[in-house]
Amino acid sequence: MNSQIGEQAATAGQPDPIEKVSVIISQGSLEGVYPGLIMANGARAEGIEANLFFTFFGLDVIHAKRHEHIKVASVGNPGMHMATWLGGVPGMSSVMTHMMQKQIAELDIPSIPEFVEMISDTGAGMYACKASVDLFKMEKSDLIDQVQDIITVGEFYDIAAGGHIIFT
Amino acid sequence: MPTKTVAGVTVDVNDEGFFTDPSQWTEEMAPELAREEGIDSLTDPHWTVIRFMRKEQAEKGTGPTVRGLGKTSGVTVKELYQLFPKGPAKIAARVSGIPKPRGCI
Repeated sequence: MNSQIGEQAATAGQPDPIEKVSVIISQGSLEGVYPGLIMANGARAEGIEANLFFTFFGLDVIHAKRHEHIKVASVGNPGMHMATWLGGVPGMSSVMTHMMQKQIAELDIPSIPEFVEMISDTGAGMYACKASVDLFKMEKSDLIDQVQDIITVGEFYDIAAGGHIIFT
Repeated sequence: MPTKTVAGVTVDVNDEGFFTDPSQWTEEMAPELAREEGIDSLTDPHWTVIRFMRKEQAEKGTGPTVRGLGKTSGVTVKELYQLFPKGPAKIAARVSGIPKPRGCI
């Protein structure tokens, strides 16, 4: 007991570094996807082990035909500072997406397909949620090659064991 | 300011052990700095990255991020992580004697 207290005191000023993270991406909008990708990529850059788990609309990020077409939500998104009726004008989401992609590119942040490929190249694991794949009637062949496997929630927890879980 | 001795020379470092003055670094220090990071021997591709880090620091005042390295150093992201498994930009900055590059991508 005493030695435990001593150990805690010795390490009190220096918290244990994070060594592993699992990032869940559950959204299919541009603003819903980038934060999780940045968290995962940033983890790898710090030498932290990282796995990504794509669920629900987040599956679009690893869908071969859809990942180039992820858009900003222009309706129901107070962060856009735009009247809801204006956000609903046909084509508005595409226009806003185009503008934001331009700004993102100016900061030298990769597009979503390029970012996903880069994160895979860092050695991060990429997994699709089985329940979501079934729900949306997808097949492994619909997904990009970087996806290692379609896994259940239980398998996800096995992979995530010993690390932190970040839900986005 | 903390200091450390590398290859027999005392240099200034910050709390995380990064050089604060890149001009104090010499190529002779690189193998020792690399060993501290678990890299036993520096290969040609390691040196490509190290020289690129030094060049970017000298020209821009900051080292590149992994994204920058992958795009312009001639070494791919995949190779970068093989060369520096514990974080290419961060570890290469340590070995190259430059401050830690700051950037989110």
